[in-house]
Amino acid sequence: MSIIEVNDLTRMFGSFTAVDHISFSVEAGEILGFLGANGAGKTTAMRMLTGLLEPTSGEATVSGFDVYTQPEKIKQTIGYMSQRFSLYEDLTVAENIRFYGGIYGLSRRAIKEKTTALLARLDLSHARDLRIAALPLGWRQKLAFSVALLHDPRVLFLDEPTGGVDPITRRQFWDLIYETAGRGITVFVTTHYMDEAEYCDRVSIMVDGKIEALGTPAALKTQFAAASMDEVFVRLARA
Amino acid sequence: MITVTNLSKHFGTVQALEAVQFRLDEGELFGFVGPDGAGKTTLFRILVTLLVPDTGNATVDGLDVVKDYRALRARLGYMPGRFSLYPDLSVEENLTFFASVFGTTVQANYDLIKDIYQQIEPFKDRRAGALSGGMKQKLALSCALIHRPRVLFLDEPTTGVDAVSRREFWEMLQRLKKGGLTIVVSTPYMDEAGQCDRVALIQEGRLLQIETPSAIEAQYNRPLLAVKAAQRYPLIQALRQYPHAHAVYAFGEYVHYTDARPTADVQALRAYLDTQSLTHIEIKPIPASIEDAFMELMHEPTT
Repeated sequence: MSIIEVNDLTRMFGSFTAVDHISFSVEAGEILGFLGANGAGKTTAMRMLTGLLEPTSGEATVSGFDVYTQPEKIKQTIGYMSQRFSLYEDLTVAENIRFYGGIYGLSRRAIKEKTTALLARLDLSHARDLRIAALPLGWRQKLAFSVALLHDPRVLFLDEPTGGVDPITRRQFWDLIYETAGRGITVFVTTHYMDEAEYCDRVSIMVDGKIEALGTPAALKTQFAAASMDEVFVRLARA
Repeated sequence: MITVTNLSKHFGTVQALEAVQFRLDEGELFGFVGPDGAGKTTLFRILVTLLVPDTGNATVDGLDVVKDYRALRARLGYMPGRFSLYPDLSVEENLTFFASVFGTTVQANYDLIKDIYQQIEPFKDRRAGALSGGMKQKLALSCALIHRPRVLFLDEPTTGVDAVSRREFWEMLQRLKKGGLTIVVSTPYMDEAGQCDRVALIQEGRLLQIETPSAIEAQYNRPLLAVKAAQRYPLIQALRQYPHAHAVYAFGEYVHYTDARPTADVQALRAYLDTQSLTHIEIKPIPASIEDAFMELMHEPTT
């Protein structure tokens, strides 16, 4: 079974269909780019897959758990990071890690070990007791990324993780994504940078609640006779 | 239109702007390109008279941003990075409010905003807080223009906006520029820099360069190759291991490889990659983009 299975998933808000019968599956270790214009339904779809919003109809499982009946189980097997919400600015680096470790139910000893390992891996050991507010944005995002992986989730949801960061940090961030996917963790990522769409194994493009395109970047470019993913996106979203 | 001399601003121990200088002509579409935290917003807030610099001075349309702030406010339009309209007022009420604050009416200046406002007019009775992102942006732009400013400041108008809406937004700016408006815009998107007449690359409070987009690209003086293989991440890692590599960055479907030597040896690079169990290798020399140039400048020690 695939790590994410979605079948005819639909969500209405009143008479408005935000997500309209979408179906797809994602394999372990796959990087899926989830694209769409503002308001196309990406966030609603993502909220259903992260157990935060009950669908109106259709089926979906994440790590084998059902989105209707087992949303709490889903939350334990996924990591989530967004550009807007990640770490507490008034807490230190170590305090943030301890806080999230506690939320995910890790033992005190596990948190301690993970903190040391994580900071060493990110080359941030010196920043352990600095408040998040004092860290450059690029560091914060790398840290937020690692904190989202603290409880060894099977799927990592990244909602516009690279918005606003400088071009070098943006690319370093993708190194982290590749490493994570290489360890077998599925990465589900949204972005407005079309060059980043090319870095995904497969890309889905939502238009008005429906998935209008799904495939490898190369296949989509062939399908839409486009030179770049940017062209594919504009063609679909402007239609 | 704008003259900035030796402008500095710090917050606590953070030097937000350091000795920033530039001049901007009337009718220019001028872009500040740099990541979050580079100082773009601080600079904008000083230029629109919302923040007083520590040292240095700045004039906009001949008026000093500190001494003449009252007179200056009537001549500039400002669209902050965060949505700053009244969410509880309707679309129309917001627009009328901003017109009345500046002592004018919507009717008097309707011609200026017509193209943009017409797109949201069907929703004029909707509360601004209930608009979609793209519509909020159009309303904010209409409100920033309704008093017919001489110069328009847009702080990251396209952050978090999808690729299609970004294009449409830049098309609107190009039309406003044709109408004679001076426009200063900031963006973290390197590809948008090409839309500007001139661009200032900004990082950590300093201007790295001010030039036309094509001049910035032309100044890139290292051999640059676009490389592709069926295996992307292994390719990036292999290129980084290559002894002559200066910089290796993913760029859409290609990886941009800059050689540390004056000229790159494409055949030797191909031979090396062939030994790295990569397939479907493609290598071609390419001209630098703004993004290549920016990353190269980020590497150079600033003096």
